[in-house]
Amino acid sequence: MPGPRTTAAGLGLVEAQQVTLFTSQQPLALARGGRLDSVQVRYETYGRLSPQRDNAVFICHALTGDAHAAGQQAGADKPGWWDNLIGPGRPLDTDRFFVVCPNILGGCQGTTGPGSLNPATGRVFGLDFPILDMADFVSVHRRLCQQLGLSRLLAVIGGSLGGMQVLEWALSHPSDLANACVIAASSRLSAQNIAFSAVAREAIMRDPGFHQGQYSQYGDSPDQGLSIARMMAHITYLSEEALALKFDREPERDGLNHGFGVDFAVESYLHHQGEVFLDRFDALSYLYLSRVMDYFDPFSRPQATAAIAAARPNLLVCSFTSDWRFGPEHSRRVVGHLERAGLPVTYRELDSKYGHDSFLLPIPRYHDTLRAFLDRALEVGQ
Amino acid sequence: MSQAVPTGPLRRDLALISSLIRPGSRVLDLGCGDGGLLRHLMSRRGCAGSGVEIDPDAVLSAIRAGVPVIELDIDQDLVLFADQSYDAVVLSRTLQAVHRPREVLLEMARIAPRVIVSMPNFAYWRNRLRLLAGNAPVSKDLPHSWYDSPNVHFGSLDDLERLFDELGLTVIRCLPLTASGRRSPWPDRTRNWVAGAALYELTAVAGG
Repeated sequence: MPGPRTTAAGLGLVEAQQVTLFTSQQPLALARGGRLDSVQVRYETYGRLSPQRDNAVFICHALTGDAHAAGQQAGADKPGWWDNLIGPGRPLDTDRFFVVCPNILGGCQGTTGPGSLNPATGRVFGLDFPILDMADFVSVHRRLCQQLGLSRLLAVIGGSLGGMQVLEWALSHPSDLANACVIAASSRLSAQNIAFSAVAREAIMRDPGFHQGQYSQYGDSPDQGLSIARMMAHITYLSEEALALKFDREPERDGLNHGFGVDFAVESYLHHQGEVFLDRFDALSYLYLSRVMDYFDPFSRPQATAAIAAARPNLLVCSFTSDWRFGPEHSRRVVGHLERAGLPVTYRELDSKYGHDSFLLPIPRYHDTLRAFLDRALEVGQ
Repeated sequence: MSQAVPTGPLRRDLALISSLIRPGSRVLDLGCGDGGLLRHLMSRRGCAGSGVEIDPDAVLSAIRAGVPVIELDIDQDLVLFADQSYDAVVLSRTLQAVHRPREVLLEMARIAPRVIVSMPNFAYWRNRLRLLAGNAPVSKDLPHSWYDSPNVHFGSLDDLERLFDELGLTVIRCLPLTASGRRSPWPDRTRNWVAGAALYELTAVAGG
């Protein structure tokens, strides 16, 4: 994999913050009906907001991401998930940009989700948590911006599910943002995408530890199901070539044992991925967040591009050649819709052999693209 | 590392193209390079538009300069653009390097009512001399050696005009150019001999 290409040190120690954005006096009305009487959001910020408040860049994270995008949390051995992009001198240069990254609604990393306590019942929401929509993520993001005094964002950026939030935001409230970057995302999951998601959810819900979503009451959790879901999803995040480069058919130990144990290195790797995922992710959040992606189809709405065509933000869409989850055909569809609406859209089809996860990697041409787009954004202003 | 924003005067051939485009038009520039023509049209002539480019470094320069650019293959991917979604579509000195010039021209006519095309003239008299002397032409308009040329079609202006005719494209204007990219001083009818290249404004719409 491409190594770090940054010369400057990273952000150093960062701290998450917690804020209550919706209460029973001001509940969050959800797009598909229902409401939430209490929404807490965890977020991190990096860099300094300019006195003109015109250098704010909002990060939307992917399915299993969190608010900790960059820098080092006390006691952690790894930096944030997008640390190669965000920091002093990096493409999202925190000496010049003010960066905000929250955990999304329905998540399990500090923001209210199906694993939170339901104030109405005093027990965990579980499957009583309302079904979410991409628009709900955007509602909460917008309220956070309001709370932070950001009336207009210089840019909103996200990859995968993050890119889908960016697209939803740009289509529904285009005057909130001057620039939008939609990376390795989709405006319409294919039957194959939905099929993979369905199997992941089945693995979770059929686990005896699931208990109709009330597993925490039983002191249980659907660990088998969640780790299998993660193992399978992980395969779709990497290309065949990336797996071959990393493992080929290497045996896990000295030789192959011809049994049903973990014998190939790739199997051991998947087991590890499934295992470590249990420590940081909740099965209910996996169900709720993955389902939002299945239903997302914003260009099917009547007048889908009317608002954005009037506001005309600058758009950057990127895909990666070896991505077989949301490959170039997904991004081209997005570009086609935006192009036909007469919008200033830039599209890059970036060469990479690392599959869907390329959007998290410091691939030089990809980072140069974001840097050029953001430098231009800052130069022109909002 | 920040890309330097390209500055300096507009290339002579691009200035001529610019003169054919009405202020305020929506322009699609196929093979837009670093976006020089579009930047000029956007900043000086009140135009809007997009470019298509396949060279990754040129795409990066265009992005840094604020020109919307779509990284696609002109030969295969113009289907992305809607019918008559632009006022003018430009293809400058690239037709000889695409694989299917006929299909590309038809796609251009589908995308915009005005089609602006320039192409080097393989039958320019100096090229004819080079061929008579037994060598592939190398000139200002055809600067590459035969083995590293991006050009895959070697047509004359005469050939090109026959193709326009066959495709139902009407020539509104033809500007024969000298080898240094100036408007040729010679009579237009001699262009297949004396012009190093030519710039055409075309329309597929009856009555122009």
